[in-house]
Amino acid sequence: MFSLTPVELEALGLSLKVGLWAVVGSLPLGLFVAWLLARCRFPGHGMLNAIVHLPLVLPPVVVGYVLLLVLGRNGVLGAPLHEWLGWSFAFTWQGAAIASAVVAFPLLVRSIRLSLELVDRRLETAARTLGAGRMDVFWNITVPLVLPGIVTGAVLAFARSIGEFGATITFVSNIPGITQTLPLALYTAVQTPGGDAIALRLVIISCILAFGALAASEILSRHVRRRILGHGA
Amino acid sequence: MIEIEVVRQRKKFSIEVKNSLEHAGITTLFGPSGSGKSTLIELIAGLLKPDSGRIVVDGRVLFDHAARVDLRPEQRRLGLVFQDARLFPHLSVRANLVFGMRRQRPQDRRLAFDDVVDLLGIARLLTRRPSQLSGGERQRVAIGRALLASPDLLLMDEPLASLDQPRKNEILPFIRRLPDELAMPVIYVSHALEEVIRLSDRVVVLSEGKVRASGPVEDVLSRPDLAPLTGRFWAGAVIDAEVAGGDAAFSLTELRFAGGTLLVPRLDHPTGTRVRVRVRSRDISIGLAPPVQSSVLNAISARVVSITDDDIAQADVVLDAHGTRLLARITRRSVAHLRLEPGSEVYAMIKAASVDRPSIQATGTTDLCPPETQDD
Repeated sequence: MFSLTPVELEALGLSLKVGLWAVVGSLPLGLFVAWLLARCRFPGHGMLNAIVHLPLVLPPVVVGYVLLLVLGRNGVLGAPLHEWLGWSFAFTWQGAAIASAVVAFPLLVRSIRLSLELVDRRLETAARTLGAGRMDVFWNITVPLVLPGIVTGAVLAFARSIGEFGATITFVSNIPGITQTLPLALYTAVQTPGGDAIALRLVIISCILAFGALAASEILSRHVRRRILGHGA
Repeated sequence: MIEIEVVRQRKKFSIEVKNSLEHAGITTLFGPSGSGKSTLIELIAGLLKPDSGRIVVDGRVLFDHAARVDLRPEQRRLGLVFQDARLFPHLSVRANLVFGMRRQRPQDRRLAFDDVVDLLGIARLLTRRPSQLSGGERQRVAIGRALLASPDLLLMDEPLASLDQPRKNEILPFIRRLPDELAMPVIYVSHALEEVIRLSDRVVVLSEGKVRASGPVEDVLSRPDLAPLTGRFWAGAVIDAEVAGGDAAFSLTELRFAGGTLLVPRLDHPTGTRVRVRVRSRDISIGLAPPVQSSVLNAISARVVSITDDDIAQADVVLDAHGTRLLARITRRSVAHLRLEPGSEVYAMIKAASVDRPSIQATGTTDLCPPETQDD
């Protein structure tokens, strides 16, 4: 039987926790930024678009290092946050979640934005004439209609988080039980003499996790589409 | 009253309308595409902002440039039915219907859910999704959704334009019943003359962003100067009449109107039904005496009001038959031969066979429901 060792279990649990928090935490901001980019024209629109997409093209190590400079114990924001609120991101799983969220953010925003651009705005107009204010229309018409895009974006972002390596190891290091997610554990195993067997097992776990995420996304998006269109599509 | 005074100037299209409409019955905004009908509707609904002007519905100021009043669309309490039904795809028919209703305070809801559903015949559709409806059903649900928000006025922007003729026939009677049965005034946009005649009490003719004519349907459509807008083929007069009896032996029906009687091919409407008859100007000929030994069955005594001969060979003669306007298109040669001039006493002759069934529409409440059409 394939049973997991405590170390593997820890890495798997940590990966899931980091991935979930990265997605859940960045979803509201992602929705807002996607809406800004899709619906608003303002000075700095192109700049915002570029900044959001930056983590997609930058080496993850660069992202991790920038995070360290900004949110590290001596960072621009990290120092005051630690001093006044006692928050610390460096070398914690929360830091790993932030690193994953930043790296996965472009995927989340892109997917929601594409979906937003496909929403028939005439439906929103119709809702306005029926007495619904802007926020009412946003939550009861727009968001339900972009739900497929939100689901796709969230699954993509989760998958990207699970595979995150460079930014995480740079920002929060590789501490077993604290910041050592599956890819980092795999890296450690590969670096250790005679760690091939452990590495192979971690590869299998990663594959199962990946398949699971894909299957879940497929089921979820089919369900959402059926709910929206009212029939199997 | 509905007071509309709006100016909106853009490079592509400018509109300038000043008009007062009765806040009752069905008023049609009629005109060719690009005449500004839809723009006017969007200005009234608050989807476009006028550069200046004032919009007041039943004493409620919706827009007043001078007083800086500009209610948002959701505050205007106007229902809007679009050409495409625009049902919310993620909601059931029932949820679509109550979308506007739920956003009204209970004391502001004037129409009961069941009444509207019954009137529109959509009770069996409530649990369906918009994607499972036919075009006609979708449009009926859209009308119901707008009504249930209890608007002060229902605006309909070519609601039948994307439907085929059987579907139009299915929905027109429902629209016709709104003012009487639900006390809901309607402004209806159309470029189809047939809809204007079947539906409306009053018509506003628009062209190039300006009002060209406005008034009761019979008056406006009988004006020869508007023929370029209403269409040459259709040029003619509209007569409001009542079914008076019939000639069963020859399968004819007698209609009575202010100017006399009119025999037409047999109608199925019972005696007393109000009908609106359209007589094309090409189908009226003029004589100085009643016809003898002629096939023409209808000779209506009338007086010549005016003669317009801007055409090379033909002239439009406006006739007054005891209060009913008729329009005859005859040759200029006939005008000269009969020595017609304003004030001449003549007989307007109408072949009964020329009045075909599509040009006769019941307008009363007795015979508005067509046979229930099944379309699923």
